[in-house]
Amino acid sequence: MAASNNNSQQAVTGIRITIHPDKCIAAGHCVSSAADVFDQNEDDGIVILLNASPSADRLEAVRTAARLCPTSAIEIIEA
Amino acid sequence: MTAEITLPLFPMPRTGSPLNPPDEYDKFRQDGPLAKARMWDGRDVWLVTRREDVRAVLSSPNFSANPAKPGYPFLTPARAATVKSYQTFIVMDPPDHTKFRRMLTRDFTHKRMEELRPAIQKLVDDMIDEMVSKGSPADLVEGLALKLPVTVVSLLVGAPYEDHEKLVKWSNDRLNITEDASVSQKAGQSMLEYFDNLLRQREENPGNTSDMLGRLVEEQIKPGHITRLDAVHMLNLLYFAGHETTANQIAMGALSLLTHPEQRAKLEANPDLLKNAVEEMLRFHTITHYNACRVAIADTLVGGQMIRAGEGVYALLPAANRDPSAYPEPDKFDIERKNAAEQMTFSYGLHQCIGQPLARLEIQTVFQTLFKRLPKLQLAVPFEDIRFKKDMYVYGIFSLPVSW
Repeated sequence: MAASNNNSQQAVTGIRITIHPDKCIAAGHCVSSAADVFDQNEDDGIVILLNASPSADRLEAVRTAARLCPTSAIEIIEA
Repeated sequence: MTAEITLPLFPMPRTGSPLNPPDEYDKFRQDGPLAKARMWDGRDVWLVTRREDVRAVLSSPNFSANPAKPGYPFLTPARAATVKSYQTFIVMDPPDHTKFRRMLTRDFTHKRMEELRPAIQKLVDDMIDEMVSKGSPADLVEGLALKLPVTVVSLLVGAPYEDHEKLVKWSNDRLNITEDASVSQKAGQSMLEYFDNLLRQREENPGNTSDMLGRLVEEQIKPGHITRLDAVHMLNLLYFAGHETTANQIAMGALSLLTHPEQRAKLEANPDLLKNAVEEMLRFHTITHYNACRVAIADTLVGGQMIRAGEGVYALLPAANRDPSAYPEPDKFDIERKNAAEQMTFSYGLHQCIGQPLARLEIQTVFQTLFKRLPKLQLAVPFEDIRFKKDMYVYGIFSLPVSW
């Protein structure tokens, strides 16, 4: 699923993240972008979601994570 | 069949600046959506040049990386000949690709990179020390760029320290296509035998069971999930894929900083720009200039153009990386470029380079150290004398004479 890119001026009050570990190839861009939100499984480096609803100030970082993910394994819903 | 229009031949030479992809790519992108070209065997191939379309091809399960599929567009006769030799996960589709790749992903995590960081820093420091002790001028390619990546892969894999030098020599000999072909072949064969021995020794004497070698033996070979031969070729792939690529990127990155003094000064004044500078180097140079090769296995619309099953496609990473709709002023090398991190050089989709965290770590370490250690570093020859690897599978330069 593509990340929903909300470019409107309206403030985002909530972020909900869904990950798809079956699609993940352990590239690690998500951790580079938002290490407080994403981590990698010790055994195979596959994505782990640390925080499914980070605060709104993490929006840009989380959007970057979704955008850089080469297999669209990160889905973001912005409210 | 005579075509009314003569199709361009692919691959095509860079007739303009050696720092830019072939001039035709811009025209293809403008004329769009896709371009058609003719290959060495008379077959036609689709060339994808827009970043959005390159991403679409590389994300779609309708395009296969498997050379055994009908219509796979081999770049050269030599590459067509390799289909008979052993295939690793780089040219597999799911589920085989997934199974093999996941055996190695543990060694490329952020955590693992942090563990390796001090050792890589030490290697860079030592290699620069050695260059300095031998004196100026020197070839940065020989003194640093070619040595570092192989030694780093050896660290990652768990090859014994005393074998590192041997692995560097074999890896370099294997790349040497200018000499008698048997030099390269012998080196390649020696490496395969070396890996076989290394794995066999671990099978007989387990020792460290948690490094890459140990895990391949204990978790994959012994339970029978893969053969030792599979593991030999996986190790070989890491050395192959992790050597010339990283070496060429280090050299090209150095060349760009040395020829853009204002960019270099910016980087030296703002070390926080390092990561972005490295992404911009990756984007600007796109040393993976003949990637990514696919064949359609189902009829698929790309950018409005129908590609039929059995038709070959090159999702051209250098073209995507210079797409003005994605990167304003794309031919400008700008270490502060805002979306440099969206570069396509490591490819996209499920084959995106497994070694990219390691490559980034090495390249970042080089560029945070090199100019600090050698503040007077400069090119020792005019730019016009630099020889580019125009006909090689991975783009780069043969040597980079520098003085300090």
